[in-house]
Amino acid sequence: MGTQAVEQETATATVPTRTGLLIIGASQSGVQLAVSLRALGFDEHITLLGDEDHRPYQRPALSKEFLQGTVESESLIFRSNDYWAGHNVDLVKGEYIVRIDKEADGSGVAHASSGREFPFKRLALTVGARARKLEIDGSGLDGVLYLRNADDALALKARVGDATDVVVIGGGFIGLEAASSLQKMGKNVTVLEFGPRLVGRAVGEETAEYFLQAHRSRGLDIRLNTSAARFTADDGGTRVAAVELQDGTVLPAQIVLIGIGVIPNTQLADQLGLAVDNGVVVDRFALASDGTTVAVGDVANMPNPVPGSEPGERIRLESVNNAIEHAKVAAYSLTGRREEYAGIPWFWSNQADLKLQIAGLCNGYDQTVVRNDRERGKFSVLYYRQGRIIAADCVNAPLDFMAVKNALAKGLNIPADAAADPGIQLKTITTDS
Amino acid sequence: MPTVHFTDAEGTVRDVEGNAGDSVMETAVRNGVPGIVAECGGSLSCATCHVFVREDCASQLPAMEDMEDEMLYGTAVDREDNSRLSCQLRLTDELELFVTTPETQV
Repeated sequence: MGTQAVEQETATATVPTRTGLLIIGASQSGVQLAVSLRALGFDEHITLLGDEDHRPYQRPALSKEFLQGTVESESLIFRSNDYWAGHNVDLVKGEYIVRIDKEADGSGVAHASSGREFPFKRLALTVGARARKLEIDGSGLDGVLYLRNADDALALKARVGDATDVVVIGGGFIGLEAASSLQKMGKNVTVLEFGPRLVGRAVGEETAEYFLQAHRSRGLDIRLNTSAARFTADDGGTRVAAVELQDGTVLPAQIVLIGIGVIPNTQLADQLGLAVDNGVVVDRFALASDGTTVAVGDVANMPNPVPGSEPGERIRLESVNNAIEHAKVAAYSLTGRREEYAGIPWFWSNQADLKLQIAGLCNGYDQTVVRNDRERGKFSVLYYRQGRIIAADCVNAPLDFMAVKNALAKGLNIPADAAADPGIQLKTITTDS
Repeated sequence: MPTVHFTDAEGTVRDVEGNAGDSVMETAVRNGVPGIVAECGGSLSCATCHVFVREDCASQLPAMEDMEDEMLYGTAVDREDNSRLSCQLRLTDELELFVTTPETQV
């Protein structure tokens, strides 16, 4: 006890004021947390700290509009400098936190790799996730790229001009979005998917199959059940020139783009001794196991917020919508209120002219209804569990998406037996039973 | 400079100067105008940047495309004849636009 008291005195002496909130991660959720706190009247100082040398920006366009050059980087910026200054939010760029000392009351000091120290009274972790790396022969070659942040996107853009052939590894949302963008930019694109279908578990079979056929009919070369064995270099020995597949096939590639999922950034939570299990384990109010730190967005493993989900079921969601809604929950928590997650999780992915909108989570479905309006290019899959709608994937069908999202939000149902006719508007058959 | 006058559901007006080429939504969000959420960042996926355009301003704006029209059926506050998604409205040099934001976007 005596030693601890001395340590605390020392800490107090070197760091006289531990005030305000430190948000580590200048991400979608970090930005939303700061914005929501100010909207709720939180009047303490906020430091919003990120490890990139960019002002906080929106990520979704990196694989689409930004890559294709249809929007400028300035358009991706969340808030003007004036906004942050006017709201007493100190934006810190390019600082990477390596260690945090924290007291039982939730206050502490975060130490950056630069040596700078950031004292805080409360801590928020909005550190997101990082790209999962593919470690095979040649993965260190120039031109083997990932697409997670703005620097990744800039590196990709810088190489696109010289490339003729691109191999995308991973048939998930990022891979397919980037592949569609690069194809539109005139590149010869091949997508390699390790699994038997596209988009893994994020969508059901019918949607995965629809995307497979739609992309193939648009000229994208998609190879399922296929993995790369090694990347080989050009004559200079440093730049990637080809991808060799497990079956010996060689595909030329001046760019290899890898999108095989992400890993939550739990290093700081581990160091703090917080409960970690596929992300930072948080309660319904976004509080980590220490009861004071909040963890929000992609990095948080939270109780499934969807009404009617199994008790004790937990989930980690990677989406803009979740980053926003979860940040609101955390903002309430930090201001002493207990408000649960509101709204229905939703997702979007734009690939070529295919506009996918997903409402709800299809986990545990036992029935699907497909609405396929070939003439108008609209396609939806509705997911049911025990006769009740739980989710929908909608391609170029915003009315279906909106109808399902609204039904889920209001606890209503869209009976399966009436939903299959794409000529019927779903909102006209929505019922409360 | 183009200017957008945002009136919220309670009648508070915020006048925001923007840049030609930016959307009304971007102009609002960057300056922290409450009442515009814009979850999807302007990719026409979320319908949370709904505005009501003052009738005499409508002629300055581009015509509505099908996707915007369909998305407007899913706004949190029901659409009116003068409803638009502000991500689809680009500022032009001399534009002076008056819009009202709905009570809620989600």
